[in-house]
Amino acid sequence: MSTTIVTARREFDDSFTIERALATGAYEGLKKALAMTPEAVCAEVDAASLLGRGGAGFPAGRKWSMLRKNPTTYLVINGDESEPATFKDHYLIERDPHQLVEGVIIAAYALQVTQAFIFIRGEFALGLERVTQAINEAYAHGALGRNIFGSGFSLDLVVHPGAGAYICGEETALLESLEGKRGFPRIKPPFFPAAIGLYGEPTVVNNVETVSNLPWIVSNGGAAFAALGEGRSTGTRLFALSGDVERPGVFEVEMVKSTFRDLIERPELGGGVRGGKAVKAIIPGGVSAPWFFPEDLDTPLGQDEVAAKNSMLGSGSIVVMDETRCMVRAAWRITKFFSRESCGQCTPCREGSGWLERVLYRLEHGGGRMEDVDLLLDLCDNIAPGLTWPPQQTTICVLGPSIPSSIHSAISRFREEFIAHVHDGGCRHGR
Amino acid sequence: MSHFSPALRAKAEATVALYPKKRSALIPLCHLAQGQDGYLTEAAMVEIAELCEVTAAEVRGTATFYDMLHTDPVGKYVVGICTNIACMLAGGDDLLEHAEQRLGCAVGGTTTDGLFTLEETECLADCDIAPCVQVNHRFVRTTTPEALDALLDELAAGGRADEIPSHGTLIRVERTVGLQVPKDVIAEERAAAAAAQAARMEGSK
Repeated sequence: MSTTIVTARREFDDSFTIERALATGAYEGLKKALAMTPEAVCAEVDAASLLGRGGAGFPAGRKWSMLRKNPTTYLVINGDESEPATFKDHYLIERDPHQLVEGVIIAAYALQVTQAFIFIRGEFALGLERVTQAINEAYAHGALGRNIFGSGFSLDLVVHPGAGAYICGEETALLESLEGKRGFPRIKPPFFPAAIGLYGEPTVVNNVETVSNLPWIVSNGGAAFAALGEGRSTGTRLFALSGDVERPGVFEVEMVKSTFRDLIERPELGGGVRGGKAVKAIIPGGVSAPWFFPEDLDTPLGQDEVAAKNSMLGSGSIVVMDETRCMVRAAWRITKFFSRESCGQCTPCREGSGWLERVLYRLEHGGGRMEDVDLLLDLCDNIAPGLTWPPQQTTICVLGPSIPSSIHSAISRFREEFIAHVHDGGCRHGR
Repeated sequence: MSHFSPALRAKAEATVALYPKKRSALIPLCHLAQGQDGYLTEAAMVEIAELCEVTAAEVRGTATFYDMLHTDPVGKYVVGICTNIACMLAGGDDLLEHAEQRLGCAVGGTTTDGLFTLEETECLADCDIAPCVQVNHRFVRTTTPEALDALLDELAAGGRADEIPSHGTLIRVERTVGLQVPKDVIAEERAAAAAAQAARMEGSK
């Protein structure tokens, strides 16, 4: 028996409409929340031990409790979903915008913020239209605006389109972008926008999936949420599975109770590696995460469980690469991504990513040198000294120290493949 | 003399009014301008600067950071093909190469008839239907060369205009209401809530 929380409306093709949403209990959680005190809503979220679903996995309740007392405070929802192979927020934004809007209003009430924004990456044209529509409908329904459902609580919510920049998923870069500037991450400290955020005012930034859980948590109670999962990883989580599997897609799975192998192989989930091939490597939590190998497949899908194996569950996106795949090419493509998306503020990231990309390019396409493998590791060591996990940081944000993950993983495990590329004058598999 | 049409100017002013500070509307206004002109023109940047109370250089300096904002003309249809990891595994590079040959222009280029601009994109977050293709930021889900060709033919013949507006038009659903709650009302409500909470804390001691 599997519990669905954020994908409960999955069976309905019209799940994004207000008619379907209302017929299936939308805004009931909000009504219940508004009848509670704000601190009681916070207490439910604390009891749920909801970990942030954006990537860092910081407890949402603790983040909320850090909001500095101030006459003006903001709530900003991070829907910039750009970590390669992550497509769960895309699902929630397009398929269940009312659940998202309801979650935002509940969070805004619990936090008593002055105004709320939903930042959605610009490439989600349909998602932006659906959330805009949902917000219009929520106002008309009395769930937004003045005196929401007669509670005496008022709120305005604005959807804000991004314009194409991975770095804006970093919360301080997102706030810069929302202020109408380049997406440059801010220098830390302060480490949390809860102290100094949008326009310098205290701000909570929460991920789309995180707040989409709130209607269920309020309706069913934090304890019911915490009863799912195990240890620190409570509730369910959306996993975005892609690459060499028979059934790529977004799956809602109870935390910790299933393993990576279950997710990849079970017929109702990934359906096995495509063509019955063997797994060569998997990326367990977005391309910023160190890779897993066949012996790691029985690791449970939980935050601490993955961290114990020196990687991260991150954004919950899992890429499967089968036994025929070229690891040099995979590392090159991921590094090319970081090189294109580096904002350019910090030298190790800006220069390092481009240098690494060029060395990997020549290994893959011919022209690689025997010393290149050690050169790659040396460059990685300059971006994230010691190549530890979690990484040491030499840059303003974590984009920089994420760059070495794939390169270090690939070389540590498949050094001979890199050497063969030098001998062969490029990749013997072509593409 | 406004570069924006009267309707767009009204929409731009309504957008500015949604934010606590005008500059926050800068990127949304760039999208609106692209909707009118297809790309971000010099005149539009000057007008956005005036609306957001910054300089035109600040508008350009911000816009050029973002992949979706084009300060040079692009085709009526911007075709983006992803080659990032999940799409690479699904043959994104081959599909991109096919598109180059089919359109007769290199990545980053525009066809001579001004109809199509081809881009190699980073992850577009639709990795279960790979390789991912977008036209004007709409997911078209043409994962094979044949399906892509058929779509390009259809677009060239003027088809699918309802589904895929010309480049620049991003959000076709208009916000029906402005901000509904004046700042002073919010301030009063929040102060009253804080006082009530303090009283509850006192009472529970």
